[in-house]
Amino acid sequence: MDKRKLEEAFFKALMIASTLIVIGGLVAVLFVVLFRGLPALNFAMITQLPQGGYLMGGGGGILNAIVGSLYLVGGATPIAFAFGLTVAFYLNEYAAKSRIANLTRRCFDVFWSIPSIIYGAFGFTVMVYFGIRASLLGGIVVLALLELPIMTRAMDEVVKVVPLKIKQASYALGATRFETTFYVVFRQAIPGILTALLLAFGRAIGDAASILFTAGYTQNLPNSIFSPVASLPLAIFYQVASPYPVVQQKAYASAAVLVIIVLMISISSIVVSRRFRKFIIT
Amino acid sequence: MKSQIIMENVSVYYEGKCVLSNVNLEIPEKQLTVIMGPSGCGKTTLLKSLNRMIDLESDVKIDGKIIIDGVNILDRKTDATAIRKKLGYICQTPNPLPMSIYDNLAYGPRIHGTKNKVELNSIVEKCLVAAGLWNEVSHRLKDPASKLSLGQQQRLCIARALTVEPEVLLCDEPTSALDPISAKHIEEQLLALKNDYTTVLVTHTLRQARRLADYVVFIYLGQIVEHGPAKQLFDDPKEPKTRAYIKEGIEYIT
Repeated sequence: MDKRKLEEAFFKALMIASTLIVIGGLVAVLFVVLFRGLPALNFAMITQLPQGGYLMGGGGGILNAIVGSLYLVGGATPIAFAFGLTVAFYLNEYAAKSRIANLTRRCFDVFWSIPSIIYGAFGFTVMVYFGIRASLLGGIVVLALLELPIMTRAMDEVVKVVPLKIKQASYALGATRFETTFYVVFRQAIPGILTALLLAFGRAIGDAASILFTAGYTQNLPNSIFSPVASLPLAIFYQVASPYPVVQQKAYASAAVLVIIVLMISISSIVVSRRFRKFIIT
Repeated sequence: MKSQIIMENVSVYYEGKCVLSNVNLEIPEKQLTVIMGPSGCGKTTLLKSLNRMIDLESDVKIDGKIIIDGVNILDRKTDATAIRKKLGYICQTPNPLPMSIYDNLAYGPRIHGTKNKVELNSIVEKCLVAAGLWNEVSHRLKDPASKLSLGQQQRLCIARALTVEPEVLLCDEPTSALDPISAKHIEEQLLALKNDYTTVLVTHTLRQARRLADYVVFIYLGQIVEHGPAKQLFDDPKEPKTRAYIKEGIEYIT
């Protein structure tokens, strides 16, 4: 075999191996979480609040954390989406190629790479200053901050690649910039925008550090946005840290719940995305 | 002969470079005017300045006056969206919107305020019929426009331009991306429409110009060399450059 064919075969093998390793990692994570978590996962686990002495092996479930996480992310994601989409549109349709657009992009890249514990510490400082206690509101605001750079940059990239000829078609009919942006650019970018939503959602629902001080933790459901709220990542953290094997197993069950929520959201976004994908212009 | 569009001393500069200089031209109403000339001579620039699509490009300066219905459209105070509604634009390559066939046609009327479903349906049907596409798509209006063939997409774009009731159709080499049979379809549609709309067609295919034109404008290197009724210009061109172009330029001169 000559050198070029050998080269070709070698890199092909390397790529396949890398892909398999990556997929293998994902499968291993899912397997461990589901294998260890599913036996402890039962109906009570997801429908009951923790009873007294839960972390020492008491009865009850993690409804507080499930509902808490959904409240937190359900509050943060729409806020980050509204701001992120507006900024992405501004950067591409209104301030395209300007210096301010590039500067904004670089800033968001930096924001993206800031560890979430820093967001938590920042949020905590601000809350102490205003005399607000750890609460659902605090958690939502900090998670929205955490999601914002991911959402914005991911949507920025998809809005950026909307072909000029589609916009021209809209302008040629006498559309304003607003109409072109919201009815045409948006339609073309929907599949990518859904991916951006999913990325941000996934990061927010799994993040513990940013809400540790800002959302707090409680065994109950929050009764207002000013009361503390539990969350799945922190529930997992506290249960894994428990010395009781029964509780540790429940930690894996909680992790399985988290994974299942993320999977359900992923699958539904794929289904929705497919409905819109057939309309996009390539 | 009534003029629809009057251009007075129009010059266009891209990044300081003059691409169209001192154009004076009157485009006749309800006729098909062909703007011909070799690639890169400023034909598309001329067309895009007529409906201010040129505003969308960066670093462009445009001087002079373009008067349509008594209004100078180059005046910054003139609303570009109203001009574009009046002058429909058809691109070189078909550019359907990322929507269904129906929504592609309903988009224009909707943004200009038509919400009534019955009214929209009748506009969609009327325009698809006028563009010669109705029989091919009437049973699948909810399908994505991107699923149509290129030739069908271009007729869709013509139909879409008609939906906002323009007075003028600006066509920028509308057949250049199409196969010969689809191109023939488009030419037939343009001929069918020319009695109702003032049509301005840019082409660098001389044969197409001969087939379609009522009035011809020949541009070379950013300047109008000659213009006049088609028969006169093709049979008896006054300028040596025009004569040379018509004689040699059966196909593309680049």
